[in-house]
Amino acid sequence: MDWNLLISQLVNSIQLGLLLFLLASGLTLIFGIMDFINLSHGSFYMMGAYFCGSIVAATGSFFAGIIVGLVGIFFLGALVEWLIARQLYKENHLDHVLVTFGLILVFDALVHIIWGPSGLSIPLPDFLNGQIQLGSLVFPIYRLVIISGGLAVAGILYLLISRTRLGMLIRAGASNRDMVESLGININRLFLFVFALGAAMAGFAGMLIAPITEATIGMGNDIIIIAFVVVIVGGIGSIKGAFYVALMIGFIDTMSRSYLDDFLELLASTAAAETAAPAISAMLVYVLMAVVLAFKPTGLFPPTAGNR
Amino acid sequence: MLLSANNRGNRVINQVKYSLLVAALALAGTAHADSVKIGFVSTLTTPAGVIGADIQNSVDLALEHIDNKMANLDVELFMEDDGFKPDVGKQKTDKLVKQNDVDFVAGYIWSHVLLASMNSVLSANKFLISANAGPSQVAGKRCHENFFSTSWQNDQTPMALGEHLNKEDIRSLYVMAPNYAAGKDMVAGVESIFKGEIKGKDLTKWGADAQLDFSAELAKAKASGAQALFVFYPGKAGPAFLKQYQQAGLQSVLPLYSVFTVDAISLPRLQKANLEGVLGSKNTQAWSPDLDNAANKRFVGDYLAKHGGYPSFYGAQAYDSIMLIQSAVESVNGDLSDKDAVRDALRLANYESVRGPYTYGNNGMPIQNFYLREVVEDDEGRWTTKVVETVFENHQDPYASDCKL
Repeated sequence: MDWNLLISQLVNSIQLGLLLFLLASGLTLIFGIMDFINLSHGSFYMMGAYFCGSIVAATGSFFAGIIVGLVGIFFLGALVEWLIARQLYKENHLDHVLVTFGLILVFDALVHIIWGPSGLSIPLPDFLNGQIQLGSLVFPIYRLVIISGGLAVAGILYLLISRTRLGMLIRAGASNRDMVESLGININRLFLFVFALGAAMAGFAGMLIAPITEATIGMGNDIIIIAFVVVIVGGIGSIKGAFYVALMIGFIDTMSRSYLDDFLELLASTAAAETAAPAISAMLVYVLMAVVLAFKPTGLFPPTAGNR
Repeated sequence: MLLSANNRGNRVINQVKYSLLVAALALAGTAHADSVKIGFVSTLTTPAGVIGADIQNSVDLALEHIDNKMANLDVELFMEDDGFKPDVGKQKTDKLVKQNDVDFVAGYIWSHVLLASMNSVLSANKFLISANAGPSQVAGKRCHENFFSTSWQNDQTPMALGEHLNKEDIRSLYVMAPNYAAGKDMVAGVESIFKGEIKGKDLTKWGADAQLDFSAELAKAKASGAQALFVFYPGKAGPAFLKQYQQAGLQSVLPLYSVFTVDAISLPRLQKANLEGVLGSKNTQAWSPDLDNAANKRFVGDYLAKHGGYPSFYGAQAYDSIMLIQSAVESVNGDLSDKDAVRDALRLANYESVRGPYTYGNNGMPIQNFYLREVVEDDEGRWTTKVVETVFENHQDPYASDCKL
């Protein structure tokens, strides 16, 4: 057993889990509170990366890119809620899916028109490009930045949801929307804020990953599927569920990518193991979802009054 | 009453319109005798669209260089987008063959797209010119007399790299490639020649939703204790991989050898991101922008002047595909009905290729030189590749003997 490798992979899995959490937390709030299926949530992830990249290119500062980009995505999210999502809350889920799928195409085409097909690379400041030595372990600094960024946002979100009046309304909304509305709360304003907040978190995830993978058209479309798995397995509307399940899925995905082929070699030939391992590790997440849903159809942490 | 009369009137008018349309289409169909129709399948959307853009530029440049004429016939080009998907590529190929009734279908960046699409072209007795993909199946058991390549068979370039690794006395290797037809060929290619030990291997998810975060694989590669790292990450995945490779600080521990990863598509991006670790890294290829022949100088020079950057090998091969077709059309004086004569002319490869002269094997794959290239900065400060030495001379792919032609 190579312990250094195991620890490296644990760090990698936490990084992936936190990125998933940033996406899934907004998605689960929008799904849970407004009962709105937003397939185009991944577009905010993409737009976040492009906003950040353009601002970094203009100002030369990565941090300016993050801050201005976050504000931009917050307002973009508010605009989409006000123009489009708001008109659809009363319609059924199929309509949500159709319209937000259309939105994906619109955003992808917009990016193609504005930034071209070639994608946008985001240069990092030099001190983030290096490595850090901890004992016998060497980590890329930027991976640790992603982890601390993700943890910081998770912490802020926790405080917001559990310690503020606004958070109380959000929790109440996720448990029983009609009751909140009938108590005279301005539900439109609450929805607008939650949608924009979710968009900003997705955008933040996009900004964090883009310096590694570059900002590309459709970058949100594959990760959004996994984010939906997180939402469903975690329990729709549950931030806590989204956090634990995102970390769990990050762990399963990373570990299966690193150890599954060794494990399969015990059972089958090397060639078969090499071919099967990537396919099986891509499937494992969905197997997990199927198993959880078979035993707990409402997810692992469904939002009830006490469970948060 | 009035309404139904109106409806009937509309129906009659519609029928007339429809017949006129059919007649017009029939006329258009007969008019094709005085043009050469070329279908070109490439990837214009998705992140891989950057490759398609370079190919489009190079095809346009080739047509410009021949004044859009082959044997005094106008060239009609139909550019189609496969969306990086085999099923879409096949649909587009069917459309080119049946609806546009093209004489040649060229292009195909991706091996899995080519494998899905090739039968549509070949069973219609048309000519298929691959300008990039070279899957082992097409070179071996599924070879066809109407198939020609202006690129290489997938295994060849990594074989040249394996040969170079042996020469440098590298004893152990870690291998990473995407999990699809070409990725497997590339791995097979390097493994067939490399004499040392393969310490580990990762085939990562590929396609429109390809895996771009290689943190887990890089950690494994580093822990494996291999002496060098071999990768194949074409198109968009290249810069993403190289960035993470440098961020993980592996240059000093695990030197990088690559095929189809460091090219004119990735280098400008890497330069923008200041990833100097790639300077001096080595790769193998059948072509390089600095190859010293008249055709290449004209192609690279005009491309640089027009687009301000170097063409990639994808572009060079696409440029060659148009020139190869032109040579065949000229030699039959534009009479494309004589398929045997066209085939014989294609087989001669009698044109000025930008890689220099080459010949065709029995399976339609080029028998050509492979070069070791190094990443350098040119006189104007642009990052590009330079030939260091010739690794293979007149190299034929290993599958040619499986081909019954």
